[in-house]
Amino acid sequence: MNEFVATVVRGLGNGSIYALLALGFVIVYKSMRVISFAQPAFMMAGALLTGYLVLSMNFFVAVLVALLLTGLLGAGVERLALRPMIGKPVFVIAIITLGVDIVIRTVVNSFIGLDIRQMGDPWGLRQVDVLGAKIDQRHLATLVTTLVVVAALFAFYRWSRTGLAMRAASSDQEVALAQGVSVGRVFSLSWALAAALAGLAGVFLSTGIGLEQNLWLTALKALPVIILGGLDSLGGAVIAGLTVGVIEALVGSYGDNLHPVFGGDFFLVVPYLLMLLVLLVRPYGLLGTREVERI
Amino acid sequence: MSRPLLYLSYKQDTALLNTPGKRFWTSVLAIAAVSLPFLLTDDLLVVLATACVASIGAIGLNLVTGYAGQVSLGHAFFLAIGAYTAAALSGDPDSTRLIGFGITSVPIWLLAAGLVAGLAGLIVAPLAARLRGLYLAVVTLGLVFIGEHVFKHWRDLTGGVGVGRPAAVPELFGIQFAVDGSMFTKAQKLYLLMLVLLVIFGVLARNLVRSRVGRALAAVRDRDLAAEVIGVDVTRYKMIAFAVSSFYAGVAGALLYVMIGFVEPGSFNLGMSVQYIAMVLIGGVATISGSVLGALFITLLPRVTRELPAVLPFISSSSAAGGITVFQVETILYGLLIIAFLIFEPRGLFGIWNRLRTYWKSWPFSH
Repeated sequence: MNEFVATVVRGLGNGSIYALLALGFVIVYKSMRVISFAQPAFMMAGALLTGYLVLSMNFFVAVLVALLLTGLLGAGVERLALRPMIGKPVFVIAIITLGVDIVIRTVVNSFIGLDIRQMGDPWGLRQVDVLGAKIDQRHLATLVTTLVVVAALFAFYRWSRTGLAMRAASSDQEVALAQGVSVGRVFSLSWALAAALAGLAGVFLSTGIGLEQNLWLTALKALPVIILGGLDSLGGAVIAGLTVGVIEALVGSYGDNLHPVFGGDFFLVVPYLLMLLVLLVRPYGLLGTREVERI
Repeated sequence: MSRPLLYLSYKQDTALLNTPGKRFWTSVLAIAAVSLPFLLTDDLLVVLATACVASIGAIGLNLVTGYAGQVSLGHAFFLAIGAYTAAALSGDPDSTRLIGFGITSVPIWLLAAGLVAGLAGLIVAPLAARLRGLYLAVVTLGLVFIGEHVFKHWRDLTGGVGVGRPAAVPELFGIQFAVDGSMFTKAQKLYLLMLVLLVIFGVLARNLVRSRVGRALAAVRDRDLAAEVIGVDVTRYKMIAFAVSSFYAGVAGALLYVMIGFVEPGSFNLGMSVQYIAMVLIGGVATISGSVLGALFITLLPRVTRELPAVLPFISSSSAAGGITVFQVETILYGLLIIAFLIFEPRGLFGIWNRLRTYWKSWPFSH
């Protein structure tokens, strides 16, 4: 039982990382109808910046400054590489983001090098006892932070003027323009938000275990998560993120009883298999908007 | 009949080489390509042979992504299936560790590699036909990860992580292509083999896309709903596109394995898929010759960047020396090229070529 609780909490911790990343994907998708494959790069950039800043300041301040810089990077990328492409097919824009990802990630990797960079976070690998189960503090910190961020994000979308503008631009760009919404600003802001969320995910991902080049693969796990939840659903991203995290952790802990054919690291592909299964039943994800076809 | 460009029948208009100019330059190109083995050094020939193989793969991806408009990030998965099918078929039948059937004849294992990969494409296609646009891109991306997992663990087939297995043995009419002979070196023989295969598969693809199937694919790409309304069976043509594209990928995978010789089960990954996407985009979407140009460009790029440290001293050739390395420059160039081409030259290298050709044709007039 204790092991079960520990596994679930670990899953929720990892799941919140997926949820943060997935939220970034969904925010960009809602504004531009494009999947930004640059999220892994922003995730690494945010973590790397924090890793450098933490040498000279308090961890929490370092995270805030790093996220601000990552957000600026995101907005800059949008202005330079994405803005000229407005109106072009979404596939072309998606491939541009792939190119952006390659460039930024190579630069970040050259700073990380082959070593593991420690983040200097206050949690490290310390554990607490909850209901008799040993739980890493960093998983709890991730979960709580994610819940706060998600609540803030939902409130921002629901009640602020800018949030309203973003919702308007996402439902119809031209009508939004006609109503005085600056769609360009919405694009910039959504890229900045997405990059900052990815950066935050990167910070939490590398706390305790340290930052190394291969961590970017984790960011790709957010892709099955957004497909599961539905590409344009913020709620779906959070629910699917946490679900995938927990299922992955459970398979990781109890998967050894599975047939040896699946291999010891079977949990790594669980998100992708889950995605395929759900898509067979619901081609637009669990909470995504069904595309209406009219002739 | 005095006007050279006057077509009297539809057949003339849609002929492969419909002008005397095309006929002439195609022959020149063919002669040049065949005489290259006697002019270039062996290491360059190996690069060119690899480029021929990559072209076959790029043509395959262009069929599904360029012509049929179905975004696929899963090309590496199908390449891997072809590579391992061929390797298993031609493998040593007495080995206790690896699957092998000892069939070394090129046509047999090449066709088998294509067919098995095509079959895999057909299995995926019904799922793919239900999905649109970026949903499809992510699902095919999932295929790559699931495939990577399977290949890493199926040691009887792939040899396992870090071990691998030898590639298929290329042999045709008693000629061994992978060893130096008395008349030709290994590189010369492999280059000629790959060149011939590229021409065969290139012409086949060109014929496919100017036929009824090709027009149906273009209709599906441009607006699948409208295509359905005018009587194109969208699901069927999406399945055809996936199957043919995967067939090409399988063939390319098998040959690529022969060229590289040793492949880790993990090397058929997302990076490889992106590389093929880059070939298609840089070469030119929905053109066969563009796919070849793009594959040439991407395959030759590492060769060019390797010369950079001599010219630019701040680039080092190994990671130990510090500073920015050749490999990083190469990767960054990939990314920047993809971005730059899509923003400034969306029709790719083929578009540039087209403009040049029009310029010469209409000179001294501007158009």
